[in-house]
Order: sequence, then C-alpha cells, then structure tokens
Amino acid sequence: MTSAETTLGITPSQTVGPFFAYGLTPNGQYPWKDTFGNDLTGPDIAGERIRIEGRVFDGDGVPMTDAMLEIWQADAQGRYAGAAGEPRRHTNAQFQGFGRAGTDAEGRFVFETIKPGPVPGPDGRPQAPHILVALFARGMLRQSYTRLYFADEPANADDPVLALVPEERRATLIASRTERDGRALYTFDIRMQGEAETVFFEI
Amino acid sequence: MTFFYPTASLDAFPPRLSPGYRSTPKRSPTKPLILMRHTLTELTGPVYGQEAVQPGDEDLTRQHVGEPLGERIIVHGRVLDEDGRPVPDALVEIWQANACGRYIHVVDRHPAPLDPNFTGAGRAKTDAEGHYRFVTIRPGAYPWGNHPNAWRPAHIHFSLFGHSFVSRLVTQMYFPGDPLFPFDPIFNSVTDEAARNRMIAAFDLDHTVPEWALAYRFDIVLRGRRQTPMES
Repeated sequence: MTSAETTLGITPSQTVGPFFAYGLTPNGQYPWKDTFGNDLTGPDIAGERIRIEGRVFDGDGVPMTDAMLEIWQADAQGRYAGAAGEPRRHTNAQFQGFGRAGTDAEGRFVFETIKPGPVPGPDGRPQAPHILVALFARGMLRQSYTRLYFADEPANADDPVLALVPEERRATLIASRTERDGRALYTFDIRMQGEAETVFFEI
Repeated sequence: MTFFYPTASLDAFPPRLSPGYRSTPKRSPTKPLILMRHTLTELTGPVYGQEAVQPGDEDLTRQHVGEPLGERIIVHGRVLDEDGRPVPDALVEIWQANACGRYIHVVDRHPAPLDPNFTGAGRAKTDAEGHYRFVTIRPGAYPWGNHPNAWRPAHIHFSLFGHSFVSRLVTQMYFPGDPLFPFDPIFNSVTDEAARNRMIAAFDLDHTVPEWALAYRFDIVLRGRRQTPMES
C-alpha cells in the first residue's frame, strides 16, 4: 500500500456564498442553462411518483432564502445510477437519482422524484429507503449532509444508520407523508439549530 | 476501481462555526454530528451525460454578442484524488464576479457596473488526465457587509463532483499575491496555512498565450484514495 506520505492534502471547502444561483440554479432567471434541476423524473421512470417539499431555517428560525440542496438517491429497485455491477435495464435506466434545488423567498425547496427502494447497508443488512441530502448556503463553509427517511416505512425501525441517531432526534430525519392532487407529498424541513435541530452526519 | 475516504482528510476543511465570518454562527449545527460508516449511498455519486457540458460552456468570454471588458485570462488545472491520480470526467462548474467586482445576481447591490457581455458562469468536464480549462475575465475584488470596510479578495467559485457524493467539493480559487488575504475571514477560515495556500492559483507563464491572455493554474484535490494499489 502506498504510504501516507504520498497522500496529497485535499483542497479546502469554501462557502457557495450568496450569489451562486445564476451559476448553479439559474432556473430561467439568468442567461445560463441549469446543469441539474429539481425534477428527477424522466420518461422511463417506474415506481411511486412523489413530491418532496420543505423549508430551511437558520438558528433564529428565519427561513434561509439563499440555500441550495442536492439530493442523491437510488431508484425504486434500490439501484444507484453508475454503481458498479450489472447495468440497469428496462425501467429507470435513465433515472439519474441526482437533483439540485435552490430555496425560494420563503426558504422553500421542492423536488419531484420517485420513492427509492431499500439499498444494501453495512454487513449486508438492508437500509431503509432514504435520500442523501447535501445543504449549501452562505454562512456554511462546507456542505452539511443529512438523510431523508419516509414516515410510512416500517423498515425505518431496523435501519442501521437511524440506529446511530439518539432516539429523541430521529424524527428530524423522517419526512411526513400527506396526499396532494392524488400524489404523495413528503414534507421535510431542515433546522440548522434549536430544539428540533436537524441531525447532520459527518461523512 | 473502489475508493475509500479517510475522514481525517477533512481536517483541511474550515470549521463550520467560524465566528469571524459572521453568517456562520446561525447557520452551523450546534449538536454533535453523527459519525457513520460510509454505505453504498455515500460511496456512489451522480453521473452526467455528454449533454451536461456543451461546447463553449468553458469560455465565459463568448456567451454574448460582444466580448466582456476586463483582463482575459486562462484558468486551467487538474482534478486529482488524494493519491495524486487524475479524476477524469469530473464536472467542474464555476461562477464569478465581473472585472468590476459585480455579480449578475439580483441581490448583489455593489454599485459597480454590470457588463452586458458577461454572465460569469461556466462549466467543463475533465479529460482522461483530469485536466480542465476555462477562458474568462479576471474578477475584481468587491465589498461586503461582514465588518467595516470588508472586501473579498478576487476569487472564482468552483463546484466539483468526484468519484462519489462524499467527494463533492465547493471551493473558491484565489489569485496569487492578493493584498486582501490577511483581512478575509472566509479565506482565513481554513486554519492550516498549507491547506489555505492550496486555494491559491499559480501564475503559469508556460500556458500564457502570447499576445492574448495570461494563464493561471489551479489544481484541485478531491477526497478519495484507491482501495488497492494499482501498480503495473
């Protein structure tokens, strides 16, 4: 094994600042084409179509109107795009599982996607369906990672990552489910601080 | 090829709470972060097709009818992993202020002129050797409200994807010899001097195009080491 002294130091993280939108989430407001958007659904998706909505709040409970979220998820069969192994065939072959959204004037974000399936976890134990969320904003010198789990999933009880979280804080990771226009709507608010501070992971 | 991601490497990152940068105290978690083993979720990451980057996206001086004002520059470098190996096909997105230090963003109130010929956003994909290249305008310094007479050193924002979602990096590239370095709490949020200096591009005479543009080299190292040595 190459020894530690040959390791290069990584480039430090810096904040996205207040002005990232025209570059990363122009969304028709600026003369630049989005690289990624908040609608992950494509023509060949299979699985339950869902909408995820939430708001991001700072330590004073003030909506963060200049935040950006990125999500990364498996498809309904629990497969990640680009993961090693058999290429995906048939349904969801074009599902990329990655989305990006800026927050609006109320600190709100929206994603249109499909509900992911369970994916393998450590030691072969399955993980409950979940979405990895990275949060970026002015005032954040590096991204914060959290996970979104689904309130209607019995598998949450056996999830190895949720099990690491003190029980009284787990609710901050669970998106609540309602219906709107006949489609599942999951609500997932993120609070940087306070009694209901969202659980963030050091990964 | 599999990779692992030592969390010790993150020591190069700034702490989330860095009070000199006044926006951090209300936007940093106060409770301990949960440590976890990486799972398939963390060890995979987005793939993007050819359509993610269009020809010309890497030239910020040719996105409008005319050329933007300011000093034309070439910014190039390699994206590497912690073993010093190139990261091919990495998506690199950049955004920046114009030559006057003004962003096109609607909330930028700096009373400096906008340039109708400059948006300030670009993207590129690294080649097989991890190399990327942009043509742009050298951005100006600009004032901000962090503290009295606060000015950001000139910088270009960089956003990168590496081998997995945990190697995702958003950073800023600075220019060598900037007199504002000692006064900038964002630059100095990185407490280790050697790590801080990795955010400063090097003037690169060899890649300067005579009679046309100066060049700066900015190599970027993302998290990730090879699981097994691949010596041949």
